Amino acid sequence: MSKVKAATIWLDGCSGCHMSFLDMDERIIDLLEKVDLVYSPLVDNKEFPEMVDVTLVEGAVSSKEDLEKIKKVRERTKILVSLGDCAVTANVPSMRNPFGVDAIMKHAYVDTAVTKDIIPNEVIPELLEYSRPVHNFVKVDLFLQGCPPPADAIYFLLTELLEGRMPDLTKVSRLGK
Amino acid sequence: MAALAAAGKKVKTFVIDGKDVSGTEDQTIIEVCRENNIEIPTLCYLDGLTEIGACRLCLVEVRGSNKLLPACVTKVQDNMEVVTSSDKLKNYRVKILELLFSERNHICSVCVSNGICELQNLAQRLGMTHVHYPYLFPKLEVDASHERFVLDNNRCILCTRCVRVCDEIEGAHTWDIMGRGIESMVITDLNKPWGESESCTSCGKCVAVCPTGALVEKYKNAVDKSFSYKKDKLKFLPYLTTMREVKNEQS
Repeated sequence: MSKVKAATIWLDGCSGCHMSFLDMDERIIDLLEKVDLVYSPLVDNKEFPEMVDVTLVEGAVSSKEDLEKIKKVRERTKILVSLGDCAVTANVPSMRNPFGVDAIMKHAYVDTAVTKDIIPNEVIPELLEYSRPVHNFVKVDLFLQGCPPPADAIYFLLTELLEGRMPDLTKVSRLGK
Repeated sequence: MAALAAAGKKVKTFVIDGKDVSGTEDQTIIEVCRENNIEIPTLCYLDGLTEIGACRLCLVEVRGSNKLLPACVTKVQDNMEVVTSSDKLKNYRVKILELLFSERNHICSVCVSNGICELQNLAQRLGMTHVHYPYLFPKLEVDASHERFVLDNNRCILCTRCVRVCDEIEGAHTWDIMGRGIESMVITDLNKPWGESESCTSCGKCVAVCPTGALVEKYKNAVDKSFSYKKDKLKFLPYLTTMREVKNEQS
């Protein structure tokens, strides 16, 4: 039997959800018997593959780059999972939303600058007006809340999917914690 | 029960979730539910304060009524059949929570009430997977002018527990609501900064009853080991009921 193709991506988040994924410890080894991690910040593949069975998304959609990425990922993924509070609610990245992009950029790059006080217009991707949850842009199949979601919850999610079931994650989710 | 009937109150018998129960004619559905350990989610209702039926989380089905009725302001009647949990009710309750989350900036992970918040706990308990409605991200004021307490409008759900406890129990009526609809805000005195309020006695009752992190103590958080109005809310609640009983006897 061919292995299940899984991927993870990291949008506007802190990487904490990926750290929690790694907190599965040695269970990852068993998981990788059945799963091929084809794309992830944890592996060295630069291009998101054409056909992926399940993708875990960490982080909110905050920039044009995030938006392009998530659209491409959605097209190429069968089951898309919002992993963690930033993906599900926009969480901490959304704290900038009430202030507006201009005010935030000025505060970060001018008011508090110690060397150059220039707002960069290249290298960093252009911000969207609001940082929003993933499901505001593309269809999301499963939501796993938590800041970060516990390793056990991520393991439960993946093992259930491997058994061919769409899991009920409400019992293992923990909004804000 | 016999003592109550002797006191001139009529006893009503009826059914909640298939269970035969009884209460006196002046009791509401929620009071009888609580006496019988039947759980109904609430945010604005608090034993000891006037019921206002604002949050709509306690909606129940009553046989013969084509509307859902708020359990906190519906008086019990003979032979009524009440259903407190069903797929339909759960669906509405989760929608109410989603609307509350979408209306202001509730960011649980960085909130001082993370873990002891009634809104967060209900979302968890009722299985809210995500918020279907678009978040509004309003820009709202934080009033930290009071020496000991903070008001963060971002986390306020307008349950008005603070308004009622301040008026009905403390007797100060420092809190009120200003504005209409989505523009409504809790205010102190005539919209003066809290720290400049002349009526506030700094008793902290509003902080104790606030279900979210909208009213909090400075320098305290959910994991703080020392006494806090919020964390030790359960110790504080019987006091509200006692105070109201005293008040009722006087009037």
